[in-house]
Amino acid sequence: MQRQVALIKQSLFDQGYLDEQFVELEELQDDANPNFVEEVATLYFKDSARLISNIEQALERGSFDFNRLDNYMHQFKGSSTSIGASKVKTECTMFREYCRVGNAEGCLRTFKQLKKEHATLRKKLEQYFQLARQAGPKETARRPK
Amino acid sequence: MEKGFSPVGLRVLVVDDDPTWLKILEKMLKKCSYEGSLLLFLCFYTLGVHLLNFLCFCFNPLAVTTCGLAREALRLLRERKDGFDIVISDVNMPDMDGFKLLEHVGLELDLPVIMMSVDGETSRVMKGVQHGACDYLLKPIRMKELKIIWQHVLRKKLQEVRDIEGCCYDVGADWFTQAQFLGGGEDVSFGKKRKDFDFEKKLFQDESDQSSSSKKARVVWSYELHQKFVNAVNQIGCDHKAGPKKILDLMNIPWLTRENVASHLQKYRLYLSRLEKGKEIKCYSGGVKNMDSPPKDAEINSGHQSPGKSSSYAFLKATETDPKQLAPASVSDPTSGVHMPPKAKKTRIGYDPPNSSGVFDSLLPWNDVPDPLESKPPILYENSFLQQQPLPSQSSYVANSAPSLMQEEMKPSYVNEDEFLMPQDKNSTVILQDMDLSAPFSSNATSNTDSIPGSLNWELPEAHHSGSLDTDLDFTWLHGEHFFANSGLQNFQFQDYTSSTSLLSEPPPHLWYGNDRLPDPDEYTLMVDQGLFIS
Repeated sequence: MQRQVALIKQSLFDQGYLDEQFVELEELQDDANPNFVEEVATLYFKDSARLISNIEQALERGSFDFNRLDNYMHQFKGSSTSIGASKVKTECTMFREYCRVGNAEGCLRTFKQLKKEHATLRKKLEQYFQLARQAGPKETARRPK
Repeated sequence: MEKGFSPVGLRVLVVDDDPTWLKILEKMLKKCSYEGSLLLFLCFYTLGVHLLNFLCFCFNPLAVTTCGLAREALRLLRERKDGFDIVISDVNMPDMDGFKLLEHVGLELDLPVIMMSVDGETSRVMKGVQHGACDYLLKPIRMKELKIIWQHVLRKKLQEVRDIEGCCYDVGADWFTQAQFLGGGEDVSFGKKRKDFDFEKKLFQDESDQSSSSKKARVVWSYELHQKFVNAVNQIGCDHKAGPKKILDLMNIPWLTRENVASHLQKYRLYLSRLEKGKEIKCYSGGVKNMDSPPKDAEINSGHQSPGKSSSYAFLKATETDPKQLAPASVSDPTSGVHMPPKAKKTRIGYDPPNSSGVFDSLLPWNDVPDPLESKPPILYENSFLQQQPLPSQSSYVANSAPSLMQEEMKPSYVNEDEFLMPQDKNSTVILQDMDLSAPFSSNATSNTDSIPGSLNWELPEAHHSGSLDTDLDFTWLHGEHFFANSGLQNFQFQDYTSSTSLLSEPPPHLWYGNDRLPDPDEYTLMVDQGLFIS
């Protein structure tokens, strides 16, 4: 089972969903905080859901205040770097770029993509953590190849 | 450095609106403390026993405090003066701009501040440097970057000791370099120069010199003190002529050293130059409109003084807080600038918004006093003033005169910006806070705009404010944020101020708070800068 967990994690890295930062988080995990990574991920998804809804509302208004959108996205991007959400981060950067040039269409498109990536990552991580918990406490902090 | 060992480790305050990062940083810092201690151990053997106190920090686990709101962080810092050794703050926060926080902390408390952001654009980094950051970290942050933060604290403490003791030591050994070397050779000097000093000499001196404690080295520039400083500067005139020695003489404060003045002067000049730049752009735009809302109390008389007023005026105002009345008594005015007697009532003067150059209007948020301040308190110096919409505060400001005003005035409306908590410190040191800048808005705004473009000269635009205004404004922006945010808090702040030093002879600034008009965070910062100086 542990091997299964390891494989899942590896695939997340290989597919580019996660990056180095995730590994750093795992290294922070210790006996004092045995579920540190999962806690951080949970916190991230909770907070990012809020940020996403902020952006959504701003976009729905249709007025396209690019400055404000950029600010929101800046926040979101910063948050996404916390767990190493690589694909999400890429979408954030693209969104900000569209904001910079004032491309509303691009923003909308990218945002949709971003939400998709975010949801995918969430599902995958939930699955991963669940398995990891089942597999036992030792399954952690293993650097991907 | 303190003699004896400090049992507490390095005390870090982390400020970030992102809860995920707060959690991660807290964990990282805690981990750092254990891993870093061996290195420090090596350091202190090399550097001498006097460093032991400081190094002891490193042996002990880091004491990490996290904070999700900049205002809250400022409040914590002010409440526990000397309670933290270093601040790590995010640049983008909803309630207050990280740079503003940086300036506040740097000017009021003189703590090393490290900025962090996901955005590593050169302009942002430069902004950090300009505002006095010790370092600028990019997110995601690595452990090794956090492991070296103690170097910033050490450097700061050394500077403090030097300032306090007023001597420049030749460097017998660049121990700091050694420390760095031992610490991994990272160059932590982020734009700061390492001063050499004769470490050994200092050691001996430390032993006999009571004042050499690194902990107490920090001189807190309270509002009153700053006012005196500004007055002295204005008196001397052109800032080029204003040398620390002269200023020190004029200030006539026995315990203050030339070095204290010199370092404060440097900061002040930087602050002014920043203001000027900002002013040129923004100033005058806001128009002193803010001031138009007639203060409740009407008396605020227009303290606005002629734009020519020196900045000191602004400061003066702060001291004057005469809660009861906004009466600008203190107005000592802008004309005299220099002499605003501490006693002078700060009365809100100045708030006579329209009077002062239009500039204030915009700046003075307090105009509206009663209404929630949405704009930030008029910061005198900053453009922000101009930008500020007339804050209800103005009226409230006026109201401030009435003792109760302050509090009311402060009303929650101001809070709008709320971000700033009004520091409750009592200490005199709190420069602006006490001052209850609320009122100052008006003054600041106006004066700033005018004078700013002028130059770095000491006069802060605020001169325009009428006595009352200025003071209020001063406070306001200084702490701008602080007091506005809390209507309730405001009262305290003033209190402290008054109680703290003699400079404030008068009524507690609380009145000023009423006006809390918090300036826009961005603008505010600028103003605050000034405010800091002002107060």
